[in-house]
Amino acid sequence: MPLITCRNATFAYEGIAAVRDVSFEVTRGDFLCIVGENGSGKSTLMKGLLGLHAPQSGTIEFGGGLRPTGIGYLPQQSAAQKDFPANVREVVLSGRLSSRGLRPFYTSFDRSEAERHMEELGIARLANRSYRELSGGQQQRVLLARALCATESLLLLDEPVAGLDPVATADLYRLIETIRKEQGVTIIMVSHDIRAAVQYGSHILHMHTTQLFYGTTAEYTSSPIGARFLTDTVHAPGNAPIKENVSEKKGGVENACGIG
Amino acid sequence: MLAVLGEMFTYTFMIRAIIVGLLVSLCAALLGVSLVLKRYSMIGDGLSHVGFGSLAIATALHAAPLLVSIPIVVLAAFLLLRLSSSSKIKGDAAIALISTSSLAIGVVVISMTTGMNTDVCNYLFGSILAMSKADVYLSIALGACVLILFVLFYHKILAVTFDETFARATGVPAGAYNMLIALLTALTITLGMRMMGALLISSLIVIPALTSMRLCKSFKTVTIMSAIVSAVCFYIGIVWSYLKATPTGASVVLVNIALFLVFSGTSIYIARRKVSA
Repeated sequence: MPLITCRNATFAYEGIAAVRDVSFEVTRGDFLCIVGENGSGKSTLMKGLLGLHAPQSGTIEFGGGLRPTGIGYLPQQSAAQKDFPANVREVVLSGRLSSRGLRPFYTSFDRSEAERHMEELGIARLANRSYRELSGGQQQRVLLARALCATESLLLLDEPVAGLDPVATADLYRLIETIRKEQGVTIIMVSHDIRAAVQYGSHILHMHTTQLFYGTTAEYTSSPIGARFLTDTVHAPGNAPIKENVSEKKGGVENACGIG
Repeated sequence: MLAVLGEMFTYTFMIRAIIVGLLVSLCAALLGVSLVLKRYSMIGDGLSHVGFGSLAIATALHAAPLLVSIPIVVLAAFLLLRLSSSSKIKGDAAIALISTSSLAIGVVVISMTTGMNTDVCNYLFGSILAMSKADVYLSIALGACVLILFVLFYHKILAVTFDETFARATGVPAGAYNMLIALLTALTITLGMRMMGALLISSLIVIPALTSMRLCKSFKTVTIMSAIVSAVCFYIGIVWSYLKATPTGASVVLVNIALFLVFSGTSIYIARRKVSA
């Protein structure tokens, strides 16, 4: 049974459709990458999945025990967050709120869940550090731990590597891959990084207000649209394949996540 | 010195001012942490100007100041929140628009009725004599409300302040919490405004939060520290103003600023030592 079934969903702002007639399915264990240019409706579709924006027509159905509020969301960071005075434990714990309802305080189970996820992501020793003192890669790990606290089955990642250096980027992708394989967490990633999408994703949804392509990654790379998009972006600056970037790593570059 | 301080507590108006002031400082500091971090600091300033306009209208109508001010300021708070989140006029411009227009309304109303006299000065810069018995009861009720709500909703306030979208996605009604914070801010400002002054009250919201953020690293310590900083600064400020006969509001602000500088200096010193170590 699919976790999410999206049928002919259309989302509009003030009467103008930002996403038109999109249909896809996400099954347990999938890694769906939603790709497309700026303004192609990726963010709107994501808000729709999170239940923050209601579809004008069409439906989004949740199955397999997934609630709309049970999605682990990794948002893009805002400027205000980067210097926020909260420690890592406080931020990670806030992911447990979805299961709190109106109860005001966390239980010891909530706390142990937060500790477990910090352990998994290798940030347990940062638990009492202030969020604003961490590197970009470490901050992403903290937010990922928070997202894991909010879900058992599905992570929704919004441009997870935006603003990270190549080392931290490769590191984060490895981490996501580990979470998916070892914990069986399904992943939806919204990204500009088409190379990574093809490398890690099991399915691709290519958006341009409507959906240009939806299918498996293998089908995508051999389709005309996929082939064109891939060759267009390979040589563009900033989109070099991750592996090459990693090999450029200088001896003195510190592991951005602080984890060996 | 001690005799003078003892004498201070024999005046009813001083006791009232201290009770109301301490409670307002406490509420303002707690709410301020969230407002400053959400980049809403100017809302406090905008609301105090609205408060000035509503006080002028209340005086003109010979009505009880709080009865007129509270509904108007609460309404303005909701309006500001609505404007700053979803409108063609951006947040900071919306606040400038509302605060200057209510200041203008206030000045015109005053000059048409009582004339520009010491009343205006008292509204703008505060007067320690302004606190009535009703204000004392109201501030105790408000203080209790803010403290209880803050403790009960602490984790949700942290979540909504840190990341509103994430909080919404996990089913926390972020809009309702924003409204709650705006409502409590409006009440705090209206209550503290006549003593601290319309032009100075927003300092109680902004400065203690900024001060504690210099040194504290977690949300919990920032919140507790700003409550302590705010209460201590108010007390030192009011004693100083009593001893030296300086305006209360301005004295409290100056003490706050002094402590802010001390905290900033300490944080720079700590950072330097870390680098050299």
